[in-house]
Amino acid sequence: MSGYPPEMQESIRMVEATRARRLKETFPAMSLEEREKILNGFHPDYKGETFQAIRVGVSKGQRMPVELTRIVEGRPHIGPDFDLSAPVAETDVLVIGGGGAGASAALLAQEHGAKVILVTKLRFGDANTMMAQGGIQAADRPEDSPAIHYLDVIGGGHFTNVPELVEALVMDAPPVIKWLEDLGVMFDKEPDGTMVEAHGGGTSRKRMHSARDYSGAEIMRTLRDEVRNREEGITVSEFSPAVELVLDDEGQIAGAVIMNLETGAYAFIKAKAVILATGGSGRLHYQGFPTTNHYGATADGVVLAYRVGAPLGYLESMQYHPTGAAFPEQIVGLLVTEKVRGLGAQPVNRFGEQFVYPLEPRDVEAAALIRECKGRSNGIVTPTGQHGVWLDSPMIELIHGPGTIQRALPAMVRQFSRFGIDITKEPMLVYPTLHYQNGGVRLKADSSCDVPGLFIAGEVSGGVHGHNRLMGNSLLEITVFGRRAGRSAAEYAHRVRPARPTLAHLEKWNRELEEAGGDTGVISPILLPDYTRHE
Amino acid sequence: MVTEQMTEQQLEVAEAELIPIYIMGKQYMVPPTLTIMKAMEWAGYKMIRGVGCRGGFCGACATAYRIQGDPKLYFGLACQTVVQPNMYLAQLPFFPARRASYDITKLEPTPTTLFSLYPEVLRCLGCGACTKACPQEIDVRAYMAAGMRGDIAQVADLSFDCIMCGLCAARCPAEEAQYNIAILARRLYGRYLAPRSRHLEERLEEIASGRFRAEIEELKSLAKEELVARYKARDIEPK
Ligand SMILES: Cc1cc2nc3c(=O)[nH]c(=O)nc-3n(C[C@H](O)[C@H](O)[C@H](O)COP(=O)(O)OP(=O)(O)OC[C@H]3O[C@@H](n4cnc5c(N)ncnc54)[C@H](O)[C@@H]3O)c2cc1C
Ligand code: SF4
Ligand code: SF4
Ligand code: FES
Repeated sequence: MSGYPPEMQESIRMVEATRARRLKETFPAMSLEEREKILNGFHPDYKGETFQAIRVGVSKGQRMPVELTRIVEGRPHIGPDFDLSAPVAETDVLVIGGGGAGASAALLAQEHGAKVILVTKLRFGDANTMMAQGGIQAADRPEDSPAIHYLDVIGGGHFTNVPELVEALVMDAPPVIKWLEDLGVMFDKEPDGTMVEAHGGGTSRKRMHSARDYSGAEIMRTLRDEVRNREEGITVSEFSPAVELVLDDEGQIAGAVIMNLETGAYAFIKAKAVILATGGSGRLHYQGFPTTNHYGATADGVVLAYRVGAPLGYLESMQYHPTGAAFPEQIVGLLVTEKVRGLGAQPVNRFGEQFVYPLEPRDVEAAALIRECKGRSNGIVTPTGQHGVWLDSPMIELIHGPGTIQRALPAMVRQFSRFGIDITKEPMLVYPTLHYQNGGVRLKADSSCDVPGLFIAGEVSGGVHGHNRLMGNSLLEITVFGRRAGRSAAEYAHRVRPARPTLAHLEKWNRELEEAGGDTGVISPILLPDYTRHE
Repeated sequence: MVTEQMTEQQLEVAEAELIPIYIMGKQYMVPPTLTIMKAMEWAGYKMIRGVGCRGGFCGACATAYRIQGDPKLYFGLACQTVVQPNMYLAQLPFFPARRASYDITKLEPTPTTLFSLYPEVLRCLGCGACTKACPQEIDVRAYMAAGMRGDIAQVADLSFDCIMCGLCAARCPAEEAQYNIAILARRLYGRYLAPRSRHLEERLEEIASGRFRAEIEELKSLAKEELVARYKARDIEPK
C-alpha cells in the first residue's frame, strides 16, 4: 500500500509515464545570467524585507536575517559583575562545541601538547556533522586537481570567497581524507582500493567521497571515539553550553562562562585559548522555513564571538537545500541528500516534466523549485498545505541497476519506509529547506579571528564558501579548519601571557545597545528553540 | 519568529481527534499525526535529554513503549515514530555501557584484539533480544556472532548503520556493549583492512612535492573577470 494519498498518486502516474523519455534527456543547465535572474526572483536571500542591519558592534550596519539580528542584539545571560574569581576549571585550550570541527580541533590541540577541555550543549556528537549524508570533497583523482577544486569552490560561492581560505580548503583536502582513514573512517571503495567518488552540485569533477549515506555519522562517531580514547589529555563536558566568552585586561581571550543545561547554574572555565566550533543556525527557522539542522543549531557562536568584538561576514546568505522532504508531515524539512540527484534522479513537476538541470548550484536549484511551485503553480500541494515537486528516485535503479538505492542510500530508504513510502518504486516529494549558514565569524587561514586567542572552525565561521557552499565542502571545512584551529590554539596557548579575566566587554556592549535603542529582550545565546505549545 | 511548533499548531486539530498517550505514566491528549518527540513538546515538555538531531541519525532519543492491552514491549526513536493511542512511553536517553580505551595506532586487526578489549563478546547467548530492539533494523545478533568468530570485516559491514542509541545494550542479558564493539571493528577495518587507495597516496606525494603551488598562487592572484572566465571555461567530467 502506498503512503501517498490518492490525489498525489494520480500525479505519480504522470511521473511514471514520462520516465522512459526523461531517462534519455536532461534539462539543460543555466547560464550565469539565467542563474542571476532566477536568484533575484525567487531565492529567499533576495527578499529584502526579511533582513535587518545590525545596530551595534564591529560589524555595525551589516545586513542579516531579522531572526538573527534579534538574537545578536539580545540580552546576555550574565551581567558584568558575574564572579570570575573562582574558575571551576583551568585549561590551555577550551573547545566550545562537540561536532566535527570541535572534535578535530580537540584532537590536534592535544597532539600539540595542550591540555584540552571540550564543552558541548547536548551530548557529544549531537550535531549537524552527525546528520551529513552525502559526503566530503577532496581532489585526489588523477583527472582532478586542487586547482580545479579551487575554481569550483569559488565559482559556486559567487566569487566572494576569501582566496587564502579556499586555498587552505582544497590543499588540505587529500591529507584530511588520509587522516580520517588512518583514524578508521570507512570510505566507500572499489575492491582495488579506488575511492568511489561522485559529482555534487557545482562540481566539475567527481570528488565526493562517501561512507554509504552515513558519511557525517561515520566521521563524527570516529572522531568522537578517538577523543574518548584520549581522556588523559581531553576532558569532555556535555550539557554545558557556553553563554559568554571572557577576555582579560589586555583584550585577550581568557575563557568562557558555561551553563549547566539542566540546573541552570553558571560557571567560569579559565583558558589560555578558546576554539569556537558551535555550528550553524537552522533552528532559527529564517522566513519560516523548516530545517534539516539538529536541535541545537541556534547561532550561539555568532552571538558569543560578536560580543567580544569578532567581525562577522556573509551572514546575509543562508543556504536553502533544494530538496527537503515535503511529505509526509512528520519529516517535513528533513534532508533528502543531494546524492539522490547525483545518482540520476530528476526533479519533475506535477505533470511529470523536468524544469531544471538536476545539479545546479544549491541556491539556483532551490530558487528553481520555489519558482516551479510558487511562481508557476506546477507543484503539488499536500493535504497539510506543504508545496513540493517530485524527485524521481526510481530512475536511479533504471540507470545503475536494481538494488542501487538500498545499497547507496540506506538511511534515505529507512527514513521513508517508516511512513509507508518505498523510494525505490515511488518518487519523493521535496521542497527547499533551511540547511546551512554560509557566513559567520570572519575566519583567517590559521583559524584565528580578530580577537587574540579566539580560534574559529566549522559552520560558525564565514569566508571559506563565500555566499554559497557546495555540498561536501563543509565536512571538509570542519576537518581542515578544525585541525588548523587545534594546532594554532595549542601553539598560541604555549606562548601567551594571560592577564586578569574580566567581563568589562559586557559593560561596553550593554551601553552601546542602550544608546542604539535597547536590546531586543531576548536572552541570548538562546541555546535551544522552544517548540512547546503555549496555550 | 516563526517556529516549527507554529507550523504544527496551524494543523488546527479538533479536540475530538486527539488521542491519549502516557508520558512516564501521566496522560496527555495529543494530535495523532505527531512523532513521539513532537507529541511530548505538544504536551509541554521542553526537551533537554533524549533529543539531538531530530532526524534519526544521532541515537539520542531511544524510547521504550507499550500499548495498553498488548503484552509486547516496543522500541523506537522518538523523532521517527508516530504516536498511537494509549502508548506508554519511557525515554532511555542514556545507557551506561562499558567502553574499552585504546590507541588505534597500536592495535592489530586480529580477533585477539577484539577478544582482549572486549572479552565479553564471547559471552553472547545468541538470544536475539538486541536485534528485536534495534530501531535501525540491524541484525545485531548477527554482527555479534561475527564478533565471536573474530570476523572484523563482517562486524564492520553489518553494523555500519548503527547510531549508537544503546537500545541493544539495554536489552542484552549478557551485558554486552554491542555498539562499542562495533565501532572498534569499524575503525580497525577502516584503518587496517580496507584496500589502500593508490591514487590518494600519489596525490599526497604530489602535494608534498609542491606540484600545485604555482597554479593555486596564480588563481589566487586573478582578477574577478578572469576567474569568471576560467570558471565558465572549465570542462565538466561526464556523469
Ligand atoms: C542534514 C544535513 C546534511 C548535511 N550533509 C552534508 C554533506 O553531505 N556534506 C557536507 O560537506 N556537509 C553536509 N552538511 C553540513 C555539515 O554537516 C555541517 O555544516 C558541519 O558538519 C558542521 O560542523 P560543525 O562542527 O561546524 O557544527 P556541528 O556539527 O553542528 O557541531 C556544533 C556543536 O556545537 C554545539 N554547540 C552549539 N552551541 C553551543 C554552545 N553555546 N556551547 C557549547 N556547544 C554548543 C552543538 O550542540 C553541536 O554539538 C549537512 C548538514 C545537515 C544538517
Ligand atoms: S541480546 Fe546480548 S546475548 Fe542476546 S544476541 Fe544480542 S548480544 Fe547476544
Ligand atoms: S546496534 Fe544497538 S546501538 Fe546500534 S542502532 Fe541498533 S540498537 Fe542502537
Ligand atoms: S533525535 Fe537523533 S535520532 Fe532521534
